[in-house]
Amino acid sequence: MTTERVTRPGRLVAEDIEVAFPASRRGAPPTVALDGLSLDVAAGEIVALIGPNGCGKSTFLRVAAGLLAPQHGRVTLDGAPVVAPSPRIGLVFQEPRLLPWRSVVDNIAYPLELAGWPHRRRDERVAELLPLVGIERAAALRPVQLSGGMRQRTAIARALALAPDVLLLDEPFSALDALTREWFNLELLRLHRRTGATIVIVTHSIPEAILVADRVLVLTAQPGRIAAEVRVDAPSPRSIELLDGALVSRAAAEIRANLAQPGEVA
Amino acid sequence: MSTDLAAGRRPPADPAVGPSSVGRSIEALWPAIVAFAVFVLVWKVAALIAGLGFILPPPELVGARFLGAWADGTMEPHAWATFVEVVLGFAAGASIGLGAGYLIARSRLAERLVSPYLVAAQAVPILALAPLLALWFGPGLLAKIVICGLIVFFPVTIATMVGIRSVDRGLLELAASLRATRRQVLTTIEIPAAMPSVLGGLRVGATLAVVGAIVGEWAGADKGLGVLVNLARGSLFDYPLMFATLVTIALFGIAAYLVIVLAGRRLIGIR
Repeated sequence: MTTERVTRPGRLVAEDIEVAFPASRRGAPPTVALDGLSLDVAAGEIVALIGPNGCGKSTFLRVAAGLLAPQHGRVTLDGAPVVAPSPRIGLVFQEPRLLPWRSVVDNIAYPLELAGWPHRRRDERVAELLPLVGIERAAALRPVQLSGGMRQRTAIARALALAPDVLLLDEPFSALDALTREWFNLELLRLHRRTGATIVIVTHSIPEAILVADRVLVLTAQPGRIAAEVRVDAPSPRSIELLDGALVSRAAAEIRANLAQPGEVA
Repeated sequence: MSTDLAAGRRPPADPAVGPSSVGRSIEALWPAIVAFAVFVLVWKVAALIAGLGFILPPPELVGARFLGAWADGTMEPHAWATFVEVVLGFAAGASIGLGAGYLIARSRLAERLVSPYLVAAQAVPILALAPLLALWFGPGLLAKIVICGLIVFFPVTIATMVGIRSVDRGLLELAASLRATRRQVLTTIEIPAAMPSVLGGLRVGATLAVVGAIVGEWAGADKGLGVLVNLARGSLFDYPLMFATLVTIALFGIAAYLVIVLAGRRLIGIR
């Protein structure tokens, strides 16, 4: 992992990230969301961040996306500091955040429009993205006419529009039912094989983390730090059956053990 | 699976076009027609009961005078004058209101500086302010535009402020993550998101614009529907004409309101 391969872009490195939010009341101490978080995600790797509520997972994604400046530390993408949102980094939020007055097609084209792409190229790119996430049939519909899963697929297509090297996902499937969710996890792996993007996914779900990630990082709550790193050495392509194997139970047990610790400290 | 939503349960004919559209609009209009008939009936009965002791010309007399005044050119110059005042006053008040509302919504400083005066200006009745404004801006069109604009300005400002403030923060963050410029945020997120609220303010503003124009005319003018009301009452003793003028003013208000509603439907579409 330390030997950089120039051939593939998308190595995301966070060094000693510290984020504190000002206190809501006067005199109260500021809330430390992240306290010296460091991680190194290789190009094309899938890393899952798992942890309890309030452990700063979402905050970290905002820092990595260039939306939030940390008080200390820095994030680099292939060695270049990330200080502002970049077209090389795609972000998928917990909620789809679609523009309700736009159709699916126009929502997916939104980043291209903002980037000043001409109409023809936009249409071509959207035509590539629709089948990639499987929403060709819904292309002309508005968000209110879509199911939750279709909305999130649209949001993912939008995040992929500018062909980012890194895809950051903030609990993207938490609003979906368990069955749909497993299906989306496999879809994400398929997308990963197609795009080769580095993926950092924040999640609450141990099965989800194990199913999709090469590595699972367990975070502690307030202040957020990495408590443990669990490798998932499962063969690719993965399938749902993976979740029934011994390897997975071992990984899950290890993650659970580490998730339990901070509760005793706090 | 979701496409079923769009395909399913389509009515046999498209409601917007085709032979059924006339039938449909009659169907939609009949409550208004019935309500109007009841209104005229009550008016007629009241006029009969009141007789000569009370100034209430019966509806058929007012209706005849209304048509007559439009036919013989009594109404038209006054109506035209008021129309111009309403349009210009509304345009001025609404555009300043849109700008002020946006500024107040997006700048704490602007809010603290402006809002006390905004509320104070609104608390002073426009009727009390109109004579002063007429003195300042003269007997011409300008004073009417100012008075009309002043009364339109407030609801539009408040509605714009509320609309902009209610824009989903998640969408703003999305735009930021996509490196949208200030201008792009305004045109692609803030304006469409605030539109329903802004249109509500514009509806109120449109009807108030008619009020503003009439008040402006009462403060000093030689033409306009407000002037005609006074003329019919005070100099001509033509009460049917006075009522016919009131009807014209009411129609102005309804028309202004409808224009905004229809424009809004075009702009917003389905959500």
